[in-house]
Amino acid sequence: MIPFTYARAANTADAVVHGSAVGTKYIGGGTNLVDLMREGIEHPQALVDVSGLSRDINETADGGLLIGAGVKNTALAEHRLVRTRFPVLSRAIVAGASGQIRNMATVGGNLLQRTRCTYFYDDTGARCNKREPGQGCDAVDGFNRIHAILGASPACVATHPSDMCVALAALDAVVHLEGAGGKRTLPFNELHRLPEGRPDIETLLEPGELITAVELPAQPMAAHSTYRKVRDRASYAFALVSVAAALEVDGGMIRDVRLALGGVAHKPWRAWKAEEVLRGQPASQQLFQAAAEAELANATPLRDNGFKIELAKRTIIAVLGDLSGVSA
Amino acid sequence: MAIRINGTDVQAPSDPRVSLLDLLREELHLTGTKKGCNQGACGACTVLVDGERVVSCLALAVQYEGREITTVEGLSENGALHPLQEAFVEHDGFQCGYCTPGQICSAIGMAGEAKRGVPSHVTEDLSAETITLTHDELRERMSGNLCRCGAYNGIVAAITETFVEAGE
Repeated sequence: MIPFTYARAANTADAVVHGSAVGTKYIGGGTNLVDLMREGIEHPQALVDVSGLSRDINETADGGLLIGAGVKNTALAEHRLVRTRFPVLSRAIVAGASGQIRNMATVGGNLLQRTRCTYFYDDTGARCNKREPGQGCDAVDGFNRIHAILGASPACVATHPSDMCVALAALDAVVHLEGAGGKRTLPFNELHRLPEGRPDIETLLEPGELITAVELPAQPMAAHSTYRKVRDRASYAFALVSVAAALEVDGGMIRDVRLALGGVAHKPWRAWKAEEVLRGQPASQQLFQAAAEAELANATPLRDNGFKIELAKRTIIAVLGDLSGVSA
Repeated sequence: MAIRINGTDVQAPSDPRVSLLDLLREELHLTGTKKGCNQGACGACTVLVDGERVVSCLALAVQYEGREITTVEGLSENGALHPLQEAFVEHDGFQCGYCTPGQICSAIGMAGEAKRGVPSHVTEDLSAETITLTHDELRERMSGNLCRCGAYNGIVAAITETFVEAGE
């Protein structure tokens, strides 16, 4: 690890002042950043510790939640209102990482964690446009079983690793930011970018901008929601495919739905097309199949990951079946 | 501000690159805590921070100023082993012993989480106030601690005896 300076931010304003300096990164729990620094993938000159800031979860006036960016993953998953009003979020969090890491990792850091693409992590010979823009991508023609089937580009086929973020994509979360230019908010689904020609630019954050909170708008339907993760082992593994869903069914009709996929794209993938197929229709296996087909219609397999297309469809159908009570 | 480790105040390292794990092992010679993968995957370096389990390899020591760390060396009282340590011996919860300090610290943290109702991936009813540490719950919650000798059955038995059957 190359040398760096360390400072603990006294408050958000203090963090933003220090965080705006070139070569500076914010550190939360460090569970991803410390590893990346040790591997030589990240090499900040200065760290500003924001793990002590924004540790509260507060109910908003409309019945939603304002979650401080410094809230630990465990604290969010166990929160009474998250478990009852937004169970998909609790389920997604406890599907990720290990107990120890969930005790360290923060909400803000979870949003900004980097891909686990093995070529991104290997700076001893592998080419990676995310690590070194313009270098090329060894994953496109390499071992790409874990890589993207939606929204990828010739420059990058990496996936976003977070489970929590898949739930946030389904819940229409709003990200609160603070930077040198002041405060602003961004819809969660606009925070992360697709790779296109610049996979090294992963979010729409301005340099030095800090995530201060994530807001969940009130969403009665979210009380009836869940998260399903498919992976290579039963616990402590990244998703091959995951599905976050909330459903409102009334007299057999799907009044409304929120659906998002993980493990399939460079960003948490909101399944807008599937939602459109489902909304206002009578719940049935055929409908769920049609919705899954619509969402995956543009999926593109690489050498090793074609199985993800069928797996994503089946997982969508299974989750919708569970939530609606309409099974095969 | 100092880091309190097993009841003793220790100055944080001047080099922020030093992990909590390396501070424990290399500077304080508290070698009970083990370095396995050094990337958060194996759990051998698990310690308790204010009672919560964390992997000390991914923790920069400077981030833990003002916090209270408990390592496996800090678990015994008046020279007597912690009941979970006794149970590990009783149930053959290890062969080589390398993962054991991490397993034990992790299990103590895990029991606290279950007691206050933190759900897990296998918890069916998210609204439940209390968690029963069934075999499946326990294995899921301990999945961040690997044992390459495969002493898992003994580990599960030791944790069950200490935190489930003893009614803690």
